[in-house]
Amino acid sequence: MPLFASLYNFAHWLTQNREEAEDLVQETYVKGLKGFSSFQQGTNFRAWMYRILRNTFLTSRTGLKVSSTVRLEDEEHEERVMPATTDTPESLLLARLDQEAIQNAIQQLPIHFREVILLCDVEEMSYQEIGDTLAVPIGTVMSRISRARKALRDLLAEKVRGASK
Amino acid sequence: MSCDWQTRLDSYIDAELSAAELAQMEDHLRSCPDCASAALSRMQLKRSIHSAGRVYTPSPEFRLKIRQTIDVKKPKQRWTLDWLPAFGVGVVVVALLLIAVGLWSQASHRQQALGELADLHVSTLASASPVDVISSDRHTVKPWFQGKLPFTFNLPELHGSPFTLVGGRMTYFEQSPGAQLLFEVRKHQISVFIFQDRAELSRLSLGSSSVNRTMAFTIESWTEGGLRYFVVGDAGAEDIHALSALLKAAAKQ
Repeated sequence: MPLFASLYNFAHWLTQNREEAEDLVQETYVKGLKGFSSFQQGTNFRAWMYRILRNTFLTSRTGLKVSSTVRLEDEEHEERVMPATTDTPESLLLARLDQEAIQNAIQQLPIHFREVILLCDVEEMSYQEIGDTLAVPIGTVMSRISRARKALRDLLAEKVRGASK
Repeated sequence: MSCDWQTRLDSYIDAELSAAELAQMEDHLRSCPDCASAALSRMQLKRSIHSAGRVYTPSPEFRLKIRQTIDVKKPKQRWTLDWLPAFGVGVVVVALLLIAVGLWSQASHRQQALGELADLHVSTLASASPVDVISSDRHTVKPWFQGKLPFTFNLPELHGSPFTLVGGRMTYFEQSPGAQLLFEVRKHQISVFIFQDRAELSRLSLGSSSVNRTMAFTIESWTEGGLRYFVVGDAGAEDIHALSALLKAAAKQ
């Protein structure tokens, strides 16, 4: 089954619940099969499947709840505003944190940051693929990745500072 | 620690810079310790996220469940004739290829056979005794072949023509015996080969009558009365054709 394990991993990150992740993946495959005729040959199949999963999640009860707690970004504004750097000497320590710390930090990210980090760094999608999945322009993808990483670094930096106290 | 290049570090570590941008960025990283340090830490973090992010694995039961879902939902493969046009095109292409290969092979075989006849002609002329029966009299040469060949043939009356009969000999071509007759016209030697017209010779696709040129020799060929004639020589095509006409006329007598 193409993309099965990756889709499940992404679904679990979004829902944070095994049963909901399974329901989400199952619904994604059902929708994918039903709508396969609408898939345009030659376009990105992976992005198409992830888009189905993400859209299904955002319209689910959990998805609606999570996304309603996130302040909607002004996408045009978002493209222009790039984060100031927070790279400090402690940055080099961040990557050496254990996996659990990084997972906890990813988990604390707002959903629109979490998904873009997962698509870029875990699924290793190109900016174009991420744009296709999220249905946003590449400029927005770049800005969102930058902001998401800054947020993640801030969370990890707190953890490093907390541990050193 | 504020450097304009830092806004492009994410694109750099995600391999999203163009070749020109990448070259510029690498130049900058060599001269800016802050950016080089930031690039290194972001790259390490990206790698850490990659391994930390792959944490949830579907259970075998769920995998089975999805597979069953797919099997049930997957549209049944209907027997359609959608493939027919493509199949038809494929068949035509293969047929054309086979025909082309066949024609090429046939042409190649024909050229090879005509080359062999030219070789026979040349080797005869190069021989110390080109003919086994030496006579300009057709009534001497023709009987010489009796009992040697499973067929007989007529020789033309050459009186009044520029041709002279030199003699004849036995020859073999395509594993069959035949007659080779040597004629002369204005110092040019011309060989006339006569064989039973068999399937092997028919496959040369020379037609009932044809004129070919190989290795500067003119070769005229035809069938008459179940016999295949080849007239081979370096004389002009008109001489070859004139001798052929005489032989054809004699064969019909």
